[in-house]
Amino acid sequence: MRELELYFGPQHLGMVGNFSITLKVEGDRIIKASANPGYLHRGFEKLMEQRTWIQNFPLVCRINVVEPDHMELIYSMGVEKLAGIEVPKKGKYIRSIYCEMARVASHLFGAWAYANMLGFDTVANWAMYHRDLLLDMFEELTGARVYHIYIRPGGVRRDFPDGFTDRLVKTLHKIGGKVPDYNALFFENRLFKERAEGIGVVTREEAIRMGAVGHTIKAIGMEYDIRKIEPYAAYDQVDFNIPTRTGGDAYSRLLAIRDDMIESVHMIFKLIDKMPTNGEVCTKTPNPFKWKVPAGEAYVRCESSRGELGLYMVSNGGDKPYRVHFNTPSYNHGLTVLEKALEGESIADVGNIMISLYVVPPEIDR
Amino acid sequence: MNKTNFLNPFKAIKYLFEKPKTLRYPFETKEIADRYRGFHKNDWDKCTGCGNCADICPNKAIIMVKIDELIAKPEEGMKDERPQLDYGRCCFCGLCVDICPPGSLSLTKDFFHIHFDTDTFKFIPKDEKNNKEIFKSEDDYSIFNASLSHRKENYGGFSPDIRYALFEPDRIEMPEIEPDERKLSFIEQVIGYDKDQAREEAGRCLECKLCEEACPAHLKISDYIDAIYREEPKESLEKIFEDNPIPSICGRICMAHCEDACSLHIRGDSLAIRWIKRYAADTIKNFKEELEIHPGKPTGKKIGIIGAGPSGLSLAYFLRLQGHEVVVYDELTGGGGAIRIGPPAYRLPLEAIDKDVNYIKSLGVEFNFNTKVGRDVKFEDIFKSNDAVFIGIGNTISFSTRVPNSDKCIFALDFLKDNKIGEMRKVDKNVIVIGGGNVAMDVARETTRLQHIQYPGQEVVTKTVSLEDWDELPATDLEIKEAKEEGIKFNPAWGPKEVVLDDKGNISGLLCKKVKSVFDEDGKFSPTFYEEKEKFLEGGMIIEAIGQRPDFSFLPDELNKKLEFTERRKVKVDENGMTTIPKIFAGGDIVNINLDAVTAIADAKIAAEGINKYFNKNQ
Repeated sequence: MRELELYFGPQHLGMVGNFSITLKVEGDRIIKASANPGYLHRGFEKLMEQRTWIQNFPLVCRINVVEPDHMELIYSMGVEKLAGIEVPKKGKYIRSIYCEMARVASHLFGAWAYANMLGFDTVANWAMYHRDLLLDMFEELTGARVYHIYIRPGGVRRDFPDGFTDRLVKTLHKIGGKVPDYNALFFENRLFKERAEGIGVVTREEAIRMGAVGHTIKAIGMEYDIRKIEPYAAYDQVDFNIPTRTGGDAYSRLLAIRDDMIESVHMIFKLIDKMPTNGEVCTKTPNPFKWKVPAGEAYVRCESSRGELGLYMVSNGGDKPYRVHFNTPSYNHGLTVLEKALEGESIADVGNIMISLYVVPPEIDR
Repeated sequence: MNKTNFLNPFKAIKYLFEKPKTLRYPFETKEIADRYRGFHKNDWDKCTGCGNCADICPNKAIIMVKIDELIAKPEEGMKDERPQLDYGRCCFCGLCVDICPPGSLSLTKDFFHIHFDTDTFKFIPKDEKNNKEIFKSEDDYSIFNASLSHRKENYGGFSPDIRYALFEPDRIEMPEIEPDERKLSFIEQVIGYDKDQAREEAGRCLECKLCEEACPAHLKISDYIDAIYREEPKESLEKIFEDNPIPSICGRICMAHCEDACSLHIRGDSLAIRWIKRYAADTIKNFKEELEIHPGKPTGKKIGIIGAGPSGLSLAYFLRLQGHEVVVYDELTGGGGAIRIGPPAYRLPLEAIDKDVNYIKSLGVEFNFNTKVGRDVKFEDIFKSNDAVFIGIGNTISFSTRVPNSDKCIFALDFLKDNKIGEMRKVDKNVIVIGGGNVAMDVARETTRLQHIQYPGQEVVTKTVSLEDWDELPATDLEIKEAKEEGIKFNPAWGPKEVVLDDKGNISGLLCKKVKSVFDEDGKFSPTFYEEKEKFLEGGMIIEAIGQRPDFSFLPDELNKKLEFTERRKVKVDENGMTTIPKIFAGGDIVNINLDAVTAIADAKIAAEGINKYFNKNQ
């Protein structure tokens, strides 16, 4: 049969985000896929070199549209490591709770994208609605729904409002109560299972070689989670599991995401129980107009909802970062793992596999 | 996969009977969170126009714009600018709110603006107090009209909170000698910052430069503070010397108008600008050797300066740097003028004064101390032998209360002068000080120290009597607080009626009458009393500290007649500092109404420029 070259995206219904894949196909089988990023390059890393340490934290969240919170966290952690700032205990708990909220919201968004992509519109609408309930909580806590700009070097910007944790628990119970319905309509739905099972398999060796992280390797049975390996914020204060699966295919990955979400909700309850009621939430940082961070370099990492997120930052002792570089999970997943996983699959499953790998193009183009 | 599994999705049918979750916007609206970060509002009554919001804005969405109505009505400590937002650039991060020192800027729950004209997205925020037209009440507000010019009142969102502010509101506490210890001697009360404290305090400066506008001499404050922050005290001191050649003195006794204007002062403690200046001056041990400041090329012009007070010293320095020859005359044994005799040693030791004076001397200024013009040298000679003459003689004659037997009282200036540069006065165990100004506080606090030195372990009392009530006392709050700490008793709103003598003709006390009001309706000083309400204060010594006036007796009669005065009995000078007599310039306490050192320096700056202009014109 004749080989064809096919452009999948950026203007394609099955494509999520501004991203494109060039496919070499024979019939509807993919022989070779090559990822084609760059449509969303906004030069954040370069821009950050021109902004002061405090001016950067409203900027970093924009790197990942779906989940801005871990970007704020990783930037703050980097600055804190360079400047030797210790976050107060309560601030750490708030950071953890906030990041777990972000994880749940992000996974719900992922569920929307996946369900929407495969035509499960009812589930997609539910997921969007439930994410919206969490956005209400974010709005109450931070004053914004998407770009929260909440974690700043030294801690967080404001304490929890009165009664916030009660309302958060109520909201999470409301969402959690719908899990059986989600299972019935989506996760354990035969239609979905047949679409996703055995698709886009990534083997253990490939995953390790290509630097896959997050639920992509959790779906192969690897318990790899930065929250456990190198605990930050208040993750060393609570006990939690790392849900894993064994299939390594799109279906296992999605179930790993679901289990991760449920585990996050349980973790928020535990964190709220243990959180100190009094105390500072933020360490005073120096005057923003005079703040110079000591020269040095730092690498920090955290577990975002997509997997290990790293930040390499260099200071030359000035009032601005000398160099900032993000190591984002979508970069590995979208450029190397995706190309490998698409080989031999059908054209109809491109979007399916891409979303199951949880690729968020803005993370690739920084 | 079994059959039930296949039928599972039909469970969702139950949701058909639920109410829709979607809101029918705009008929159904949602409650917006209390911290919502929407459009700005700005309380113009609190906003100082400091521009910190514009400086921190990461997107440069804020610029400061001149406001006509503020230019027309200038207010002290406020700039005539207000922030303007460009909502095409704003990212609603709220950094501007967290940095705002007065806490005037906040965000609201408004977020609607639709317009064909992009210029309408540039917006100068005000609040419902200052702009009633834009902010509508609940009844008048309609979401269909919502825009930047149709907003809901009391719709506040993300607001400033001092606990989470990006600046540090608390001052580094200045180490001081405790009241119980300091009242026993003339030891300098303020110990001074060390290197780390000075650096940390300097680090609080937001560089808004409100202070520089408030300072009469317009010192480049944010520059020299920043140099201290960078641990460059030499650079800092050189910056100070550009506008103020007596930093050791001003670093101790400046009235610090800058600190009143400091934007941190509104919700926290103002920056300790004076103490940082003092740190800079004290850290550099030898000005002559360490500073790179040199007199200019000789010009051949000669200036005579009468009075080595702050204005005279400063003028001598400024003119000397330009290469002029400068001769200074003063009747005291050293430089400093009123500063030498006025501020007690616990606040301004003579060494600090001499450090500044000796430096100015080392630059080639000729000082003639112990030389009273009119007695030791004739004014006419000075006038003839110099190309210009500057009079900075200050107020040297004390006013008297002129109540019966007031001739038995002591004048404040004589008392202070003897204690500082002469022989310590012998004081009584029970002393009354008449006056409520800073000089009265100095006298009272000095008296307390002398009493403790002369009557160790015995009970001693110092009281003050002032016409002004607590809220009107002209002394600074800090002085009053420190005086109280040292055990001084206050009798505000009492006026002297008669000095009471005992059989031997010695003072036994002061009879006082209650004050009805101090000022008349026009705000002029014109005290009235309840003559029948009397109070007797016991005391063996009374010191009058109720004000001073200048002594122009050294001027020849024909010049004295030509010298004109303002309504407030100040020497009239033009914009160049020249009096109504050509070639004679004036400055300091005889010209300005602030009666402090830094205003005298400002006068000297004006006169230095004026004298140069005068020379250029008459070449």
